[in-house]
Amino acid sequence: MDQQTLIYLVVGATFALYIGIAIYCKAGSTKEFYVASAGVNPIANGMATAADWMSAASFISMAGMLAFMGYEGSVFLMGWTGGFCLLAMLLAPYLRKFGKFTVPEFIGDRYYSKTARVIAVVCLIMASLTYVIGQMTGTGIAFSRFLEVNYNTGLSIGMVIVFIYAVMGGMKGITYTQIAQYCVMIMAYTIPAIFISLQLTGWAIPQIGLGSGLVDGGQLVLDRLDQVLSELGFSEYTSTAGLSTTNMFFYTLSLMIGTAGLPHVIIRFFTVPRVRDARSSAGWALFFIAILYTTAPAVAGMARLNLIDTLGATSETAMVIEERPQWFKNWESTGLLSIDDKNQDGRANYTSDPATNEVNVNRDIIVLANPEIAGLPSWVIALVAAGGLAAALSTAAGLLLAISSAVSHDLLKGVFKPNITEKQELLASRVSMAGAIALAGYLGFNPPDFAAGTVAIAFGIAAASLFPVLMLGIFYKRCNKEGAIAGMITGLVVNLLYVFQHTGWFFIEGTSFLGPMQANWFLGIEPNAFGSMAALFNFAVAIIVSNLTPPPPKYIQDLVDEVRVPVGAKLAPDIH
Amino acid sequence: MAFKTEDLKKAYWRDNLKIVGVLLSIWFAVSYGAGILFVDQLNNFSIGGYPMGFWFAQQGAIYVFVILIFVYTRLMGRLDRKYGVEEVDEK
Repeated sequence: MDQQTLIYLVVGATFALYIGIAIYCKAGSTKEFYVASAGVNPIANGMATAADWMSAASFISMAGMLAFMGYEGSVFLMGWTGGFCLLAMLLAPYLRKFGKFTVPEFIGDRYYSKTARVIAVVCLIMASLTYVIGQMTGTGIAFSRFLEVNYNTGLSIGMVIVFIYAVMGGMKGITYTQIAQYCVMIMAYTIPAIFISLQLTGWAIPQIGLGSGLVDGGQLVLDRLDQVLSELGFSEYTSTAGLSTTNMFFYTLSLMIGTAGLPHVIIRFFTVPRVRDARSSAGWALFFIAILYTTAPAVAGMARLNLIDTLGATSETAMVIEERPQWFKNWESTGLLSIDDKNQDGRANYTSDPATNEVNVNRDIIVLANPEIAGLPSWVIALVAAGGLAAALSTAAGLLLAISSAVSHDLLKGVFKPNITEKQELLASRVSMAGAIALAGYLGFNPPDFAAGTVAIAFGIAAASLFPVLMLGIFYKRCNKEGAIAGMITGLVVNLLYVFQHTGWFFIEGTSFLGPMQANWFLGIEPNAFGSMAALFNFAVAIIVSNLTPPPPKYIQDLVDEVRVPVGAKLAPDIH
Repeated sequence: MAFKTEDLKKAYWRDNLKIVGVLLSIWFAVSYGAGILFVDQLNNFSIGGYPMGFWFAQQGAIYVFVILIFVYTRLMGRLDRKYGVEEVDEK
């Protein structure tokens, strides 16, 4: 059986599984549609959260970024995991106790204000929509690369699959497909990593392998990597030279706070039965995420080393172009690898100097070509294809649910038509889900120019606007309506202004007034890392304004007291 | 009202904040401390074949995060029982 048929078979089997789950998990009430009846086992929810959380960026791109950034890439590893500690200890259990369906609903009730609720909906939609564009383009690219169809066809297939299980099953359908998608993803990620680690170091556990000696010669993997990279003129893999500590600090903090403030992650914790389940479920989520996140550095380091070994570390040993391996030719046809023999010596000289470098390597190759570089059987390659698609689809579905529930539950039911019946709201939630998919699809077919930078902006928005008022709502009883509204607006505006002034208004080139120059960065912080700084503004404004205006009414202070203790949480009445 | 007296309510919340404070200090120390601020000093040592600062940034901090959440779950469960505010299963 040839490679392509096998990919079709494996990917087709996983799709059949997702659709089968959707048919089995049809949602019959709004409670099932929004929060899966709050009847999901905490370990199962942890697994679903892991799939919800790990996007195409985590699965396909992160190891590549680590491989080419070395130590600097630690920002993503720590930032995208550490946020779960904040979520577990500062938000999830309390919001679960509150026991409602959406994040804006908490903000609206806690700050006794429809205005606050609508602003929260705006922040949620801005964060989730910018995030979902990245998932849609990722789905299109992954489909077109693995299934050899064009980008638009690939994107359409992805939309149809998400449509089937998200519109039918809502949170219930999404939860159980995400569990299946996590299993596909984690196998697809770890199996090649185990093989490559065995080949290089003899260790089956990649996390140990990266710290071990090479089978060939016994030199430590990381020492060898530092050595060959500096011979080629790159900076050493583990070196911290030339990096701004301030920038790394704030970048990591922005990703952590953004992680804790992203609504599609928070609502996953509304699906467990009890407050204590929300606590432990966050632990399980991070456990399942950590399996991939601690494997990624090993994949990164080892694949980079393998790549350099193939290319040859010096000009005398550089790869003879005529003798390049088959996998290299395969990936050249996708444009992710290319050779330009500038000095016509018939060898591919890989150097750090763009003037003499002859090999262009796309970072995504580190994960995508990993099984072929390691010479693994073709079913592993098919599994990686299914894994990449699972990663993109699971995150897209979670984001779409966050958007559609904000529209049908917060805007329609909460503000415009409070009198609609349960049945009408369930229909409305299905319609808004279909609408969200159509909108996301439209943006995927016509990606805005700034698509590449959007995921980082989603984190900035979530960190700057939502996280601070959620946290203050629980930990600072004195925080009132005026403070929360002023805080959210300040955080959002400060963050967007900082991003726009460096990258152009709404990312239109040439309209930035300070330009992208590093010299104009506030304290040397890059725009993507500014969310944490904007969050500090949000906290400060919310606290100052709250103290200048009347305290919240007594019943709100009682509500905060209620939220702070687990006892009395409504148990899901209809767990089967 | 879940508590018999106002003092018990305050004491429960103070203990809660203490647990979170201690655990988030560790959270800060392993990531921002060991992984970013003091990475150069720690890189003079090695752990399991990794430079130590680099290990914290790319491995150690993540392991500690996972442990912290499970420790938090346990400590809070114990605290809830001590003050009699744990959830009771109705089934």
